[in-house]
Amino acid sequence: MMIKRRHQSDVRSSEITPKDVYMERRRFMAAGAGALLFGAVGATPAAAARTKLDGVVQGLYQADEEWTPYDDITSYNNFYEFGTGKDDPIRYSRFFNPSPWSVTIDGAVEKPGTYTIEDILKPHALEERVYRLRCVERWSMVVPWVGFPLADLLKRFAPTSGAKYVAFETLLDPERMPGQKLGVLEWPYVEGLTIDEAMHPLTLLAVGLYGETMPNQNGAPLRLVVPWKYGFKSIKSIVRISLVEKQPPTSWNISTPREYGFYSNVNPEVDHPRWTQATERRIGDFFRRPTLMFNGYAEDVANLYAGMDLVKNY
Amino acid sequence: MGAARTAAARERLIRRIAKPLVFAASLAPLAWLVWLATTGGLGANPIEACNRFLGEWALRFLIITLAITPARIVFGAGPLIRFRRMLGLFAFAYVCLHLTSYVVLDQFFDWGEIWADIVKRNFITVGMIGFVLLVPLVATSTNAMVRRLGGRRWRNLHRLVYVTGVAGVVHFYMMVKADVREPLVYAAIVAVLLGFRIVYASRRRLAKGRGAQASAPTPKTP
Repeated sequence: MMIKRRHQSDVRSSEITPKDVYMERRRFMAAGAGALLFGAVGATPAAAARTKLDGVVQGLYQADEEWTPYDDITSYNNFYEFGTGKDDPIRYSRFFNPSPWSVTIDGAVEKPGTYTIEDILKPHALEERVYRLRCVERWSMVVPWVGFPLADLLKRFAPTSGAKYVAFETLLDPERMPGQKLGVLEWPYVEGLTIDEAMHPLTLLAVGLYGETMPNQNGAPLRLVVPWKYGFKSIKSIVRISLVEKQPPTSWNISTPREYGFYSNVNPEVDHPRWTQATERRIGDFFRRPTLMFNGYAEDVANLYAGMDLVKNY
Repeated sequence: MGAARTAAARERLIRRIAKPLVFAASLAPLAWLVWLATTGGLGANPIEACNRFLGEWALRFLIITLAITPARIVFGAGPLIRFRRMLGLFAFAYVCLHLTSYVVLDQFFDWGEIWADIVKRNFITVGMIGFVLLVPLVATSTNAMVRRLGGRRWRNLHRLVYVTGVAGVVHFYMMVKADVREPLVYAAIVAVLLGFRIVYASRRRLAKGRGAQASAPTPKTP
């Protein structure tokens, strides 16, 4: 099924022929140079390929806002596994090959095990969901993700009564993720949600964006998207999902506990110690805009935190 | 006569060639920024990129200015002093552009928010202190002001630039999220440049002390 585009005014990067042509040429040259340098003869760099996903249906949630252009979503990334600069991920994930891939599901589930990505994805219908993404650094985007609810996946493996939290882990492989050779964070990157947050219908496991497979720099092949939390909660390139009894450790909280809490819900009223979170700049905009409570998803998720002190539980 | 002629030639070289060259080179980062901004080279978040770019060049020019005196001493390159004022003023110019970019592009004259930043956010407080301390130095940078203040007082006042150098590095270090490698490189350079002055001054004091002792009348042995 074709993906219905909501905004006719949006110009797809693929429609801008000259740039596309020269980007392709650049990719081709980079691939050639890479092959020469690394002797990777015959290996097609996965990052260069843009593969359309089949059978994507329109999902429940559609932010009625202009989509951030594909080129911005895929060139301005925080993915420290590939370096700490915003343009490091697109550059250094070029030769990352997310295939084959397997995901371990363990802990408080009746059917633990390690599954290939194909087995993980097989029963799920892919849907497009347009979410706002609010980074803790005060910039935001609107991203048309492709994925399926995390809840649907978790139910398949039958969580037991001991499943109070869900812990996630990114691939640890410094050879393929050169940023992991730096000690800027503890590796592997880990994240976590409460079981209620994980089971919430908004919480998405994404396998692509703009109707195509997930670019490496955005967390191929499988990433989390929790739109009401700061971006760093949406862990990328997942290899393990564990259902656990106790609140699991999370990478940025380990790094700077004073600045990054377990919950990290988007909240304009709770400042980051070094900057206000009241406003944000949408990528592509000149003026800042007010940040919305729970990133505009308060109606859907506020009840998860009823009675909770959100200043203390930042 | 020959010496006078070489001195005059050197003077011409500095005035007519070297100084305009340094001036043009100091404008190159700004030209580069304009080029990047007009060709989409600043990426998805051009305001942030512009701010970072100007901040880094402000710090680099501060460091270049702080390096003049050690370079003169270590390499015996006395004439470098002729470029110090210009480089210092360029450091100030890039600091001003950095600040302007923050006020205009980032905050768009939201004075309430800017004031809140200055008093609440330590890294902005520190950056602001660094900027404010440069203002009296710029105001007293003319030959007439040097004469009016007198060499010693002028020199003492201009030691404030050391504080700004440290403030610049601290401002950068406190701003980054986790990857402090780059600010640490700048911190190391500033530490070397300031450390050099401390070591040099104390060695000179020591040498002077020894010199005074040597020239003092030898005490009579009882």
